[in-house]
Amino acid sequence: MKLTKSFAVLAALAVAGAAQAEGTLNIYNWGNYTSPELIEKFEKEYGVEVTITDYDSNDTALAKIKAGGHGFDIVVPSGTYVPIFISEGLLMESKPNEMENFKHMDPQWVDVEFDPGRNYTVPWQWGTVGMTVNTSVYGGDINTAGIYLDPPDELKGKINVVPEMMDVMSTAIYYMGGEQCTTDKEVLKKVRDKLVEAKTHWLSMDYGNIEKYAKGDLAAGVNWNGASMRARLQNPDIAYGYPIDGYPVWMDNAAIVADAQNVENAKLFLNFIMAPENAAMLSNFAKYANGIKGSDAYMDEDLKNAPEVNPSDELKAAGVLSKTCPPEAQKIYTAIWTELQK
Amino acid sequence: MSDAATKRATRSRWLLLAPALAVLVFAASGPLLIVLIYSFLTPGDYGGVEWNLSWDAWFSVIMEQDFFTDEIGFADAHLSIFWRSIKLSLMTALLTFIFGFPTAYFIATRPKEKRDIWMLLIIIPFWTNLLIRTFAIMELIRAEGTVNSALLALGIIDEPIQMLFTEFAILLGMAYVYLPLMVLPIYASLERFDFTLVEAGYDLYATRWRVLRKVIFPLAKPGVIAGSILVFVPSLGAYVTPRVLGGGKQLMLGNLIELQFGAGRNWPLGAALSLTLLAIVMVALILYVRAAGNEEVRHG
Repeated sequence: MKLTKSFAVLAALAVAGAAQAEGTLNIYNWGNYTSPELIEKFEKEYGVEVTITDYDSNDTALAKIKAGGHGFDIVVPSGTYVPIFISEGLLMESKPNEMENFKHMDPQWVDVEFDPGRNYTVPWQWGTVGMTVNTSVYGGDINTAGIYLDPPDELKGKINVVPEMMDVMSTAIYYMGGEQCTTDKEVLKKVRDKLVEAKTHWLSMDYGNIEKYAKGDLAAGVNWNGASMRARLQNPDIAYGYPIDGYPVWMDNAAIVADAQNVENAKLFLNFIMAPENAAMLSNFAKYANGIKGSDAYMDEDLKNAPEVNPSDELKAAGVLSKTCPPEAQKIYTAIWTELQK
Repeated sequence: MSDAATKRATRSRWLLLAPALAVLVFAASGPLLIVLIYSFLTPGDYGGVEWNLSWDAWFSVIMEQDFFTDEIGFADAHLSIFWRSIKLSLMTALLTFIFGFPTAYFIATRPKEKRDIWMLLIIIPFWTNLLIRTFAIMELIRAEGTVNSALLALGIIDEPIQMLFTEFAILLGMAYVYLPLMVLPIYASLERFDFTLVEAGYDLYATRWRVLRKVIFPLAKPGVIAGSILVFVPSLGAYVTPRVLGGGKQLMLGNLIELQFGAGRNWPLGAALSLTLLAIVMVALILYVRAAGNEEVRHG
């Protein structure tokens, strides 16, 4: 009697589990980053109910996924964090490269260092770190990190640098002729001296800057392309420069969590966002570029032609995809970064 | 009492103590112990810790090996950040005292039924989120903000004054945010103050300054000390206000600790720095309490 009862419960649980697997998908993503239209379309097409939970940093996402018991199926870490997620065994080798829509992925984004051949991840959005400049204040060349490292007189005292260690360090290292994650003492010494000297000309090291650029509190600085574009939409004098000596390129990537409950739906979703019209929906919402060929055709006009998303070929070539630096490099960078702000 | 009754009494005593003990063990000592243990480990490659015993984190709190010359010297970056935070906290405590003491005195000398309204006015800003209050101050003092626009319109200045992103902005923000923490304890001690003592002072030909110094201030002192502690301690770890109003060009202790757990990926150093902060607070508290204790003995 007792035994039959437990069997009945087990059976009921199994049925409930199966029903759940058919109907839900739990996405864990950066806040204000997931197009609601896209989700609606996915829900309709596959009859799946989607829930979205927000996070505000890669570290938060990593800590929560690592702790377990979260119930998430999809997570969207930055390229620099993908190797960490993989080495910690937190991502499922879901083989997006064998999915139907994989053919749409821009070849440029297939053999990326953080996931060669794309066995784990699918591009979500990508962006760049560059120079925001108010061209009514300074009319010279803006495609150089000299804007904040050797600032022209017009810009001195009106420069903001985003307090993001790796973005600022990398840009400065490229400007001084070094390579990503370098531990070359000669180069790093020059980088440190240059940063310390340049800082005397900076006004602030602040994140929230869109309005300050638009209103003229700030005239130039290190910034992200999406933020720069939003400032330009408020003030047409704002332009975005790509440092010709090199600038960081970042990419956020969707992947399936290793202990996902709704694996099939998650795979459907990864395939779904590789379709050009769907990738375009992501971009139209978040205002960044995606890694899918042919998605331009479906993008909003202001985004399609935006200089912040479409660098010239020469400038595009100067971009360096961000990767995770080894601990030795990280340690020196932190020391220089602390010294800079002491 | 029978043996069973004693046992029952013991058991119920433990049961009654349980909530307090649970809070102490799980919410205070437990996390602190983890922080302590982490500070003696080595950093993991991608954040977290490796279980190797090491003094490195504690060493690098005050000492550093220069990367370029391999010389071992004082970590002047860390030391100057510590000093900046301590200096700023002391100045905040002083500033809130200068503005808080007369405010508390004013309220305490109002008629009883009016005092509550004044207290309410002091407390109301506390109902608003810290971040929102900080952004409100930013709106006031920015280049095109309320203050500059008003001064420009009145013709007092020709160009906006750069107030945002200066030490003045940080101090203003901190003093504003922590002012109620100074006013409340001073008011509490002045409220019970017998103002006939002031009259007695005047009757004995004391000047106003002398009355303030010899009569009012000694009796308000416990409140001043409590207020100073309440302001100094959170100021030391202040994170949002310096970042938003100071423009983030210079690190505070709180930001330095955050850096180790975030981009720096050096959790043991972060843990060691946190404990150093804790130690500074404890030393400051002991000094305060001692100073207060001595006074009482002398007066008693």
